[in-house]
Amino acid sequence: MSNLDFSFYSWDVVSKFVLNGLYFSVILTVVATIGGVIFGTLLALMRLSGKKWLDVPAAIYVNGMRSIPLVMVILGFFLLVPFFIGRPIGAEWSAVITFIAFEAAYFSEIMRAGIQSIPRGQVNAGMAVGMTYGQNMKLIVLPQAFRNMLPVLLTQTIILFQDTSLVYAIGAYDLLKGIETAGKNYGRPIEAYLLAAVVYFVMCYALSYLVKRLHKKIAIIR
Amino acid sequence: MGSNWDWQVFMQDPGGKYPTYWEWMLSAWGWTVSVSLLALIVALVLGSLVGIIRTLPDSPWLTRLGNAWVELFRNIPLLVQIFLWYHVIPALIPVMKDVPSFVLVVLALGFFTSARIAEQVRSGIQALPKGQRYAGMAVGFTTFQYYRYVILPMAYRIIIPPLTSETMNIFKNSSVAFAVSVSELTMFFIQSSEETSRPIEMFLGVTALYVVSAFTINRIMAFIEKRTRVPGFIVSASGGGGH
Repeated sequence: MSNLDFSFYSWDVVSKFVLNGLYFSVILTVVATIGGVIFGTLLALMRLSGKKWLDVPAAIYVNGMRSIPLVMVILGFFLLVPFFIGRPIGAEWSAVITFIAFEAAYFSEIMRAGIQSIPRGQVNAGMAVGMTYGQNMKLIVLPQAFRNMLPVLLTQTIILFQDTSLVYAIGAYDLLKGIETAGKNYGRPIEAYLLAAVVYFVMCYALSYLVKRLHKKIAIIR
Repeated sequence: MGSNWDWQVFMQDPGGKYPTYWEWMLSAWGWTVSVSLLALIVALVLGSLVGIIRTLPDSPWLTRLGNAWVELFRNIPLLVQIFLWYHVIPALIPVMKDVPSFVLVVLALGFFTSARIAEQVRSGIQALPKGQRYAGMAVGFTTFQYYRYVILPMAYRIIIPPLTSETMNIFKNSSVAFAVSVSELTMFFIQSSEETSRPIEMFLGVTALYVVSAFTINRIMAFIEKRTRVPGFIVSASGGGGH
């Protein structure tokens, strides 16, 4: 057994290999969360619209996405799209689009629960003062639904951050890839994987601790 | 442009171990199912143990150990955990050197999922009224006995719905095993699309098998839930769902 040696992870190595990867992972997480929440909220509204022609396609989309592994969606999009548009698509763009499309299915379930958690009386009250459906959603239902669901949305974002490591499948350069590449260049793959585990653990643990704190702070007392 | 279907591709000969792509795909499905089911067994055993020790009375250190276990396996991405089992553990523990990657993936997926199952088992136990525990104590049961005969039978019934989705998650997560070259469905998809240049057909075939797997689990668990139902007993592990 060789002794572990992490000394090669100097600032130079970190800034050269790891930071690019970290940057991509964080950007992917942020963009996919924002895009996923917007698209997911639309899907949730479609499912709650009470109109069959909106509800059924949204349900098929959400349940379909939720029964396929994320890796298959990432790979499928990356390998299939070139067949339709006739040219290859970059791994980074492919990852961004896939994550928005995939996570929207999960965010839509969260938003659906959030919208349903708003008492009917509030919607009726909005209608009684003459608000349209759009005003009702924008001014009354969605702000409260977001607030109620914020901890769950943020927990899902932490899961999303962990899931970004799966872009490994299409060779995009993320945090894991960055640490791995540095480790391979210096012939120290074992240290690289250990370091990756520690970095992800510290980030995710700290984030979930913050979410717990936030949850206590914003919980609405009923 | 590959928009014309060509399902005949499944009848072609990949020129290896299997006579057709179709049979190769079924074998890959078999690997997905066996990785998932074995990982499920590991996860159920470990997850139950960890979940139970987090609820034992008067044992703060066991509770802390259980909490640490859950945090450790929940905050590291599955892919990184698989790399740890595949690259790091055999290098640090020489006995693990000759273990096949199939077993390592089962362990990785099992330990990863055990943290989630431990959470569910704990919340299932805590969802029961305290009176059940006291009743067990009052009739003179030891801790082991009232867990075995009073608490656990009810707790497991409560958590069947979250266990169902966790079982479906195991099947989906087993796809990450492609990263260490286990020849399961996702690996088959990568290799066969490359060889045949027919990724669309392969994608639909593989996706269909994943959907069939998920649906089958769903039905089996619904059957178990129905068969084990205790008449008149309704408690929800999530605490009843809001308003």
